Amino acid sequence: MQDQPHPDEILAAIAAFLRDTVMVKTDPHTAFQARVAANAVDLVRRQLELGAPGEDAELERLQALLGHSGTLTALTAELADALASGACGLATPGMSAHLLASALEKLRVDQPNYSGYRAALATFDTKDA
Amino acid sequence: MNSATEGEDAVRAALAALAPRIGSAARNISGLKRLSGGATQEIWRFDLDTTEGCRPLILRRARGGSRSSVTGVGLDVEAQLIAAARATGVSAPEVLHVLAPEDGLGSGFIMEFVAGETLGARIVKEPTLAGARETLAYSCGQILARIHAMDASRFPTLVRQTPNDLIGQWHAAYRRDIIRRPVFDLAFRDLSANCPPAPKNARLVHGDFRNGNLMIGPDGVRAVLDWELAHIGDPMEDLGWLCVNSWRFGRIEKPVGGFGEYADLYSGYEAAGGSPVNRATAKWWETFGTLRWGVMCTGSLAAFRGADPSVERAMIARRTSETEIDLLRLMAN
Repeated sequence: MQDQPHPDEILAAIAAFLRDTVMVKTDPHTAFQARVAANAVDLVRRQLELGAPGEDAELERLQALLGHSGTLTALTAELADALASGACGLATPGMSAHLLASALEKLRVDQPNYSGYRAALATFDTKDA
Repeated sequence: MNSATEGEDAVRAALAALAPRIGSAARNISGLKRLSGGATQEIWRFDLDTTEGCRPLILRRARGGSRSSVTGVGLDVEAQLIAAARATGVSAPEVLHVLAPEDGLGSGFIMEFVAGETLGARIVKEPTLAGARETLAYSCGQILARIHAMDASRFPTLVRQTPNDLIGQWHAAYRRDIIRRPVFDLAFRDLSANCPPAPKNARLVHGDFRNGNLMIGPDGVRAVLDWELAHIGDPMEDLGWLCVNSWRFGRIEKPVGGFGEYADLYSGYEAAGGSPVNRATAKWWETFGTLRWGVMCTGSLAAFRGADPSVERAMIARRTSETEIDLLRLMAN
C-alpha cells in the first residue's frame, strides 16, 4: 500500500503553489503560463478522480445505434462515417442524446465551468451520462 | 535566459540605430521590454526618445526575415493592411516604419503603442468598460462595414477563399487528427448541405475579428489588431466569427463577443454601408467559425507532441470539446 498524501492531494498543493506563489512573484508572461499550468493540474485531478465512468454507457449507446458490438474507437469511427455520408443524422432515434451525452462527459473533465457546458446542463436537464 | 538577453541587446542596438529614421527628432530608444510572442514572432514595447519627450511604440517582427506563419499574410502585408484600414477610418495603430533588411531586425514593422484592454475576459466584465460595452456591438458592425469596403485589389497576394474552399480546407485539417469526432462529421455534412454560394462581391475579410483582437477603452474600440489571417472572401465570415461562443468569455447570453446583441451588430453594419445581413448566412458562418476553432484546437495535439510541447498547447487541445457542445446547440436550433 502506498503512503499518503494521495495523488489528488499532492496535485491540489501543486495547483495552489502555481496560483498563490508563482503567479504572484513572476513576470506577467510567466504568470499567464503558471495559471495555464494550474488549470492543467486541475484537469488531470478531475480525470483521475472521475476516471471514465461514462465510457461503458457510451459503448452501449453506440452498439444500440449501429446494431453491433465493437471497440469504442472503432464504433466511434463508424458512427462518424455514417454521419459524414448522411446515412444517419440528428433525426435518427437516440443520435442527439448520444452525441450530447458524449460531449458532456468530456467537458465534465476538460472544462466544467465552460458556459456552453453549463447552458447544456441547464437546458437539457441531463443527469450524469 | 542567455540567448534571450542577447536577443534583447541586439534588438536594443538595432532600434537605437534606427531611431532617427522612425522620428526625425529621435536620437535613442529606452524602456525596451518583450511583451509576448512565440518562437518565430515577437512583440516588443519601447519608448522613442525625442526632443519633445518619449513616444511609446511597438515593434512586431519575425526573426530572420521569415514570414510570420505558414498561413499568415506576412508582416509586410499586415503593415500595409493596417495603414489602409486607418486611411478609411478604422481605428488602428499608426505604422511608423516597415523593417528593411538593412535594419537587422528581420521582417516586421514599428507602430504606435495604443493603450487599452485586449483581454476578452476583462472586456466582458470590467466595470470601467460598462459604458463601452453598451455600444460595442454596433461599433463592431460599423468597423466591419468599413473594412469590407476597403479596396481589395490593392492586396494582390491575399488568398481568395469561397465558403466551399474553406469547408474543404478545414475538413482536410480535421482528418489529419488521429481522433474521430462524430459531431464534427455531422457539422461538416450540415454546413456543406447549406453552403452559401461563392460571393458575387468578394471583399477584403479581416479573418480574425473577435473579442481578444480588439483594443478597447472606455471610449470604445481603439484599435483592430492581428490582421495576419486577412483574405478575400464572403464578408459575412467576419460577422459570424465574432459571435462564436468561445470568444464570449463566459457571457453566452451576449452573442456578440460576450458584450452585445446580434441586432446591434447587424444594424451598425448596415448603417455604415455594409450589405444587408442575411440572418441565416450569418448563422452559417457562426457555425462554421465554431467548427473552424474546433479543428484549430485538434491541431494542437500534433503540435504538442511535436514542435511545441508546452502546457498551453496541451490545454488548447483539450478545448476541442467546448466546440462539440456549441455545435450541437447551434445545429439543434
